[in-house]
Amino acid sequence: MNLLIAATIGLLTACGVYLILRLRTFPVILGLTFLSYAVNIFIFISGRLAPGLPPIIDKAATGYTDPLPQALVLTAIVISFGMTAVLVLMAIGAHLGAGNDRVDLKDDGEAGQ
Amino acid sequence: MSHLVIAPILFPAVLAGLILLLPQRLSLQRLLAFGGAAGFAGLALMLLGRAATPLAYHLGDWPAPFGIVLIADGLSVLMLLVLSAVALPVLLYVMASGWDARGRHFHALFLFLLAGLAGAFLTADAFNLFVFFELLLIASYGLMVHGGGAARLRAGIQYVGFNLVGSTLFLFALATIYAVTGTLNMADLAQKWPLLPPGDQALARVAAVLLLMVFAVKGALVPLQFWLPGTYAAAPGPVAALFAIMTKVGAYAALRLGWLVFDAGPTAGMWAQLLQPAALATLALGAVGVLGSRALPRQAAFAAIGSMGLVFLGVAAFTPAATVAALYYLIHSTLAGAALFLVADLAGRNVRSGPVAVLFMASAVAVAGLPPLSGFLGKILLLQSLAGQAPLIWSAVLLASFLTVVGFALTGSARFWKARATAPAAVEPLALAATALLLAGLVAITVLAGPLTVWLQTVAQGLADPAPYIAATAPQSGG
Repeated sequence: MNLLIAATIGLLTACGVYLILRLRTFPVILGLTFLSYAVNIFIFISGRLAPGLPPIIDKAATGYTDPLPQALVLTAIVISFGMTAVLVLMAIGAHLGAGNDRVDLKDDGEAGQ
Repeated sequence: MSHLVIAPILFPAVLAGLILLLPQRLSLQRLLAFGGAAGFAGLALMLLGRAATPLAYHLGDWPAPFGIVLIADGLSVLMLLVLSAVALPVLLYVMASGWDARGRHFHALFLFLLAGLAGAFLTADAFNLFVFFELLLIASYGLMVHGGGAARLRAGIQYVGFNLVGSTLFLFALATIYAVTGTLNMADLAQKWPLLPPGDQALARVAAVLLLMVFAVKGALVPLQFWLPGTYAAAPGPVAALFAIMTKVGAYAALRLGWLVFDAGPTAGMWAQLLQPAALATLALGAVGVLGSRALPRQAAFAAIGSMGLVFLGVAAFTPAATVAALYYLIHSTLAGAALFLVADLAGRNVRSGPVAVLFMASAVAVAGLPPLSGFLGKILLLQSLAGQAPLIWSAVLLASFLTVVGFALTGSARFWKARATAPAAVEPLALAATALLLAGLVAITVLAGPLTVWLQTVAQGLADPAPYIAATAPQSGG
């Protein structure tokens, strides 16, 4: 289980990093989404893996899983969802304005970095 | 428990919500936004009077390590004051120059940015710091592309993308810290960090470096500064001026967490070791950038990078004297950087105008750190506090200052002196006055440098001795 989760996080991060290095906005947005999936799972397991145990008080429970990372990951999911929406809108705006969806700034001379 | 502590977050946020209900009434929006910024400054001043010892606010009255705590101590209040000192003139400038009429929702985003920044400065919880970072960033995304245009939107995408990667790093760092310590409350972290078992120390070091990278992205430290020149040069002038405080959020967070948590236990001295070379490289890159760029907004952006190098040089030492110097230079560079961006915006619209040229001269002198303005005093304080490493740091700082002076002299003569005479467009007197107000702030911190440094010493002392800060976090009886 630990190995599976760790490998998943690693794979998602690797895909995310590869995609955000692309030159077009769509892969970059996908890459950021992959990265946020990876970090969400990472936060989730930062309270250690405890399958099948409840996070809130339950008389029949034999043990508990840490509830705080679950609250943290909920916040992180909401924020990354909102940020992705903003980025998608801006990417559409830039695409419609410039006629292409390149990320780099090379074509307008002085503003390039 | 004083509700005053949360007021600088709630007040602008509520007003921003009100403004959203009035989409067609620009004059009413301006009134509310100005009231918001002025009220914000008033709240910061009230906190200044009360925060001799750290004031805590337990959200929902939950006890400390479980609930979220806001704490107003000297450093937080200082940052709030600097923020209001930049926000008011910039808002005046925006109204005078009509930037707010070039797109929608400027004032609402402006107040949301104030609320987010105030939250970042006040919170005493690391995850809450992340949330407020996101709040101020999402407002800044809107402000950055205000007015639209293909080039600005494209620069905006880079800005958002870079910061989203930064946010992801922040979450990785926080989750790692939570995994090794089981807490994200800063005061609680400060107590648990030095006692980490040896098995967790490697993980703790990784988390500390990840966190430092996040603050380096915010503070535009080399090699994570790539987002800044394009963003600031493409953003509307007054927005770039307001963003002068945004890079300081990185310095603030590094100071706060460096002093409180990360300069102890498994990571003692590590941030200092990493920050100092990065700060020197930032300083060098800023100076070369100022020398190499001809467009004024871009030059101002590189000057902002260079000033972050100096601030971080002071931060990196983690000694009270260097912290005083870093804070003094932080106040100075925020005001001077904002003034330079406003001048760049003015100069972009009025090719040859006497008053604008004078303002450029004054703000260039300030940014380059020449006497008689406060940048000079800030640099002296910094050089004195780092006298132990004189050969490397003194030569780097002095050389960078020289390059900056030459860069601004070249631009100034090409731009204002040799420019072909064209019919000058009308300059709004209020826009000039707003820029002059920022420069007047610089004169004020120069004249009052004595009392100011005395107060900054108490602020630095509050960082060096975290016991009152930690005590304030603990639940108080009858609170």
